Amino acid sequence: MDPVTTKTRLATVWLGGCSGCHMSFLDLDERLLELAQRVDLLASPITDYKDFPEVDVTLVEGAVANEEHLEHIRHVRARTKILISFGDCAVTGNVTAMRNAYGIEDCLNIAYRENATVIVGIPEDNIAVPRLLDRVRPVHEVVPVDFYLQGCPPDADAIYDLLTALLDGRAPVTDGRRFG
Amino acid sequence: MAERILISPVTRIEGHAKISLYVDDAGEVSGAQFHVVEFRGFERFAVGRPFHEMPGLMARTCGICPVSHVLAASKAGDALLGVEVPVAAQIQRKLMNYAQHLQSHALSFFHLSSPDFLLGFDSDPKDRNIIGLAQREPELARRGIRLRQFGQRIIEILGGRRIHPPFSMPGGMLRPFENADKEEIEKWLPEAYESVKIALERFKSILDGFQEEVDYIGNFPTLFLGMVSRNGDLEIYDGVIRIVDAEGNVVADNLDPQRYHTYIGEASEEWSYMKFPYYKPLGYPGGMYRVGPLARLNVCSQTGTSQADRELREFRQRVGPTACASFHYHWARLIEMLHAVERIEELINDPNILKKQVRARAGQNRNEGIGASEAPRGTLFHHYEVDDNGLVTKCNLLIATGQNNLAMNKAVEQTARRFVQSNKLVEGALNRVEAAIRCFDPCLSCATHAAGQMPMVIELRNRHGGLLDRASRG
Repeated sequence: MDPVTTKTRLATVWLGGCSGCHMSFLDLDERLLELAQRVDLLASPITDYKDFPEVDVTLVEGAVANEEHLEHIRHVRARTKILISFGDCAVTGNVTAMRNAYGIEDCLNIAYRENATVIVGIPEDNIAVPRLLDRVRPVHEVVPVDFYLQGCPPDADAIYDLLTALLDGRAPVTDGRRFG
Repeated sequence: MAERILISPVTRIEGHAKISLYVDDAGEVSGAQFHVVEFRGFERFAVGRPFHEMPGLMARTCGICPVSHVLAASKAGDALLGVEVPVAAQIQRKLMNYAQHLQSHALSFFHLSSPDFLLGFDSDPKDRNIIGLAQREPELARRGIRLRQFGQRIIEILGGRRIHPPFSMPGGMLRPFENADKEEIEKWLPEAYESVKIALERFKSILDGFQEEVDYIGNFPTLFLGMVSRNGDLEIYDGVIRIVDAEGNVVADNLDPQRYHTYIGEASEEWSYMKFPYYKPLGYPGGMYRVGPLARLNVCSQTGTSQADRELREFRQRVGPTACASFHYHWARLIEMLHAVERIEELINDPNILKKQVRARAGQNRNEGIGASEAPRGTLFHHYEVDDNGLVTKCNLLIATGQNNLAMNKAVEQTARRFVQSNKLVEGALNRVEAAIRCFDPCLSCATHAAGQMPMVIELRNRHGGLLDRASRG
């Protein structure tokens, strides 16, 4: 991560969350273009990519809610130097984990039986849709996390402060930032 | 032997998805499935919570259009209280909704889809994003970023924050609108008009180069459903539902959004977490319909603002009175952006917006409330039943994107039939299949009250489910 000679390789990942943290990232507005001078955004929901590359920094939005998230976050962790839990769902499980109080069966039943007028099938255990985990978990319960950025979502200034601190080789300050 | 192709993950869409393509013995695509792979369970965990909490909780269904969910939940709450919302609060809510349409459409057009038109469907995937666009067309990319910023800034001014703003509740709004708010919004208007017009002119000038995409990326007849005002104007906050067919005939008009369940049904299938709404009189799956920008322009008699109406007339001249090509969602989105800027200008200049009374206070007077409005992607319905203590006992969310599910599946199949020629996936074909999805600008976090990554998978399988080829982005 030499700020003088090479660009920092950045990725952003979206697990079980609402995409609000990614929208907050886009709320960097024109600072995105400034950031693009210093980083290569190699993998992100706003880019086309096939395989998750080796990167220096990854921002992870969302909680770990299904088997694909679990597999994906392990893969991402293995290819990332600095992993950041990005927003409250990643940090605590937050709204995504609210279903933990109820069984999967109960949740699926309400969505796909009670609130449906034609039931051809219930999405569960099909070859194409991943199995839900019994309990939604924050990212650090599954893989080691290097930094936490709280907020639902963290505002753009908080994202900017953290990323520029890492780029400048300073210790990021995340105190005083609130959840929610 | 039929085979199946899996595209996973689909990229530059607002959700987590996969596509399966089924290929027959002759190597032709014989079927397709668009799978949404996330689920969060809002309709379950809303139960037992106070209805006053719903705007704040339901905002979290989606980080792109939280304002829509806050509005639908607030309007359902207005119905539970049985109050009439003060006029200043109604104007503020409309202003928020136009601001949200503007920012969301800007995101869809500039950040997610324009790299396909401006850099090319077959350009290097590495550059096909907003940063790549900024390198090639810095001025246009900057305008797109600032147009989204304008919408987000209005939301921040009225709601205190850009994402999940706590601006509205059952009965009204958080605070009165001030002159200073108006002054700041006004300053942005000239640039916003200019940027939307530049994008519109640019899009119209390159459209002829995409005739094949127009003809084969989701071009087929369906019904179209959307909200209109009583005089047929495009309406996104409070109106009646109109349904037209592919020839423009009005199939149903003046439908009450409160009675949505009498004309819209929802089907569950095991291969997607996104349900399949359908128009009840035609049954499932025959009752396929489309919602969103294209549908709104097809159902409205006119937009109701002068500049957007001029654009709508040109649109109808070029594509006919009812546009069936899903590719034209992009054009429709641009026209709606112009309309949104015009409405924003009108609303901030309405003297009633400055009135100090912004909230009607009352206890709960009803046990069932339905709130509907037009979200950027189409008509949104929130339906709550509550007990006498105000705790939710039943919740159903009928989401805009979900209502395009049948049409998105058909669009993927049509596109794949045209562009996927063998049982191998080539990059340009893969990107066009994904582009079929991008036309609809699906917001999959909303749609499954779930969430997930924008990336997507396409798998090629035989009819027994055997995997032949797989393309993955994620």
